[in-house]
Amino acid sequence: MPRTLSSGKGASVATTFDRFRTKVLAGVQDPQLRRYAFFVMAAGAGLVPLMAGSAKAALAPGVTDGADTMLMLMGSALVLLMTPGLAFFYGGFTRSKNVLNTMMMSFFLMGLIGVLWVVIGYSLAFDGGFKSPFIGGLGAMWLNGVGGELGDAALAPGFNISATSFALFQGMFAIITPALISGALVERVSFKFWFWFCLLWSLFVYSPMAKMVWGGGFLGPFGSVGAIDFAGGTVVHIASGVAALVAAAMIGSRTTWPNNNKPPHNVPFILLGAGLLWFGWFGFNGASMFAAKTAGLPFLTTTTAASAGMLAWCLIEWFKDGKPTAVGAATGAVAGLVGITPGAGFVYMGPAIAIGALTAAACFIAVRIKAAIKFDDSLDTFMVHGVGGTVGALLAGVFAAKALVPADYFPLSAKILEEGGNVGMFIAQLKAVIFSYAFVGIATAIIVAILNAVIGSRVSPEQEDRGLDFVAHGEEAYDPMTN
Amino acid sequence: MKMITALVRPSKVDAIKTALVSIEVVGMTVSDVRGFGRQKGQVERYRGNEFTVDFLPKVKITTVVSDDKVDAAIAAIANAARTGEIGDGKIFVTPVETAIRIRTGDSGDAAL
Repeated sequence: MPRTLSSGKGASVATTFDRFRTKVLAGVQDPQLRRYAFFVMAAGAGLVPLMAGSAKAALAPGVTDGADTMLMLMGSALVLLMTPGLAFFYGGFTRSKNVLNTMMMSFFLMGLIGVLWVVIGYSLAFDGGFKSPFIGGLGAMWLNGVGGELGDAALAPGFNISATSFALFQGMFAIITPALISGALVERVSFKFWFWFCLLWSLFVYSPMAKMVWGGGFLGPFGSVGAIDFAGGTVVHIASGVAALVAAAMIGSRTTWPNNNKPPHNVPFILLGAGLLWFGWFGFNGASMFAAKTAGLPFLTTTTAASAGMLAWCLIEWFKDGKPTAVGAATGAVAGLVGITPGAGFVYMGPAIAIGALTAAACFIAVRIKAAIKFDDSLDTFMVHGVGGTVGALLAGVFAAKALVPADYFPLSAKILEEGGNVGMFIAQLKAVIFSYAFVGIATAIIVAILNAVIGSRVSPEQEDRGLDFVAHGEEAYDPMTN
Repeated sequence: MKMITALVRPSKVDAIKTALVSIEVVGMTVSDVRGFGRQKGQVERYRGNEFTVDFLPKVKITTVVSDDKVDAAIAAIANAARTGEIGDGKIFVTPVETAIRIRTGDSGDAAL
């Protein structure tokens, strides 16, 4: 993800916007503009072999920019709002006797991960102390030294946002990622298990993934694979989706699944949650540009893909079942948002629509398959985030535009795109996806197995029947008569 | 004195209330209930998962009337509640021994 186009690279900014304008507004390929863009691109691309070894040094020293930093602060607030949004999205799906517990599985992480991230999570993801491509270090614990004495120092060469705003923004991602996993496990796991699972998973799966993809590590544009992931297709969505799949398989189904399952208890909650997620996703993807001037593109691709996802899901339902549903509209929008996440800053509008619609279609099929094989990924975390993240990551390779993957910020990825075209990029994406599945799958399995042995993972069938709001928290969301 | 218990569509409650009040049946108790009769359940679909909802929402209206008003009250409820489709509901009539108004101590028809 990390990139900015306002670091004295006027040429690439101009290129981006001219290409953007020609594609979006005109749709006509003005030969002169195309030649202009081509020359700028060629000039940039020509430097790639020379710069490959010392790409970082080529970037101008970062100078903290107010507008860019403001984008990050606004983006952080937006991404934070996604977690209570997710709590409503998931809470609407469950039975009324489990809604508080379901919502707490997301909401509580604003407490737990909010502290954990500042104390050590950020350091494990973005400090360079261990000199490893897989994990950060311990030098930035307590955000020690991040942003200098006043917290206003720029992040790094080529990045004009303050380091503190970056740490904050990344923390919001760290909060929502394990929250996404909860969808697969609701209505049966103990809250104690969930507490320890999230703590360990965040330290040993999330932080390493963030390092590998965004922290100059193994999978990213400065590493060995060269995959591009704008705002978290692998780190957030594949990671949470695969973890959900593995944990749900190990922990097992709810006692009521599949024969005594109940419909969602509050569909308006689902729509509210999806709306908040969509709103927050502007920060998730848009602010991942790290530069205010160029953030318009990922803002546009994000909302366009969500629209396309909703439209596709509803049309499929309409055609297949005869009625478009509210739950389907919400799910399709979220699927579109998941799909565009890895490519939000790397593609133009046509691909954004295609990515949104194709991801929604893939998730639709996945959800139907899950229902058919009776696997209890309760709220379809893998089916939407895992499948959607995978499709989105691969399509980001298929549709990535060269002008949007500048060599100074994405040296290896730009080289792959230059030499192998979108096929090469697709292969790099595929490698990153496979690696993510394997790493997250194995690491999650180990964590679940350990916790299962030490503290257990499930509540008793009697407690499940009583309802987790009362069992885990001693509260009820509504009058118990209505359970 | 008779108790009339009517199980009706929730959408018909206002019309039934108006009809009863117009024949001067001025007291009633309503409650949200769920149940099924010949209508049975309905199939709902969420993300492709089909759910058969066996118990459908209905409203139970309970009112007690003097013997001379029973037929008129039944007719008023039935006319207001009828759509002609399956699921319109049922009316039950049961005898009531007496009634007491707590505030005044009135009993019998005077308490209604």
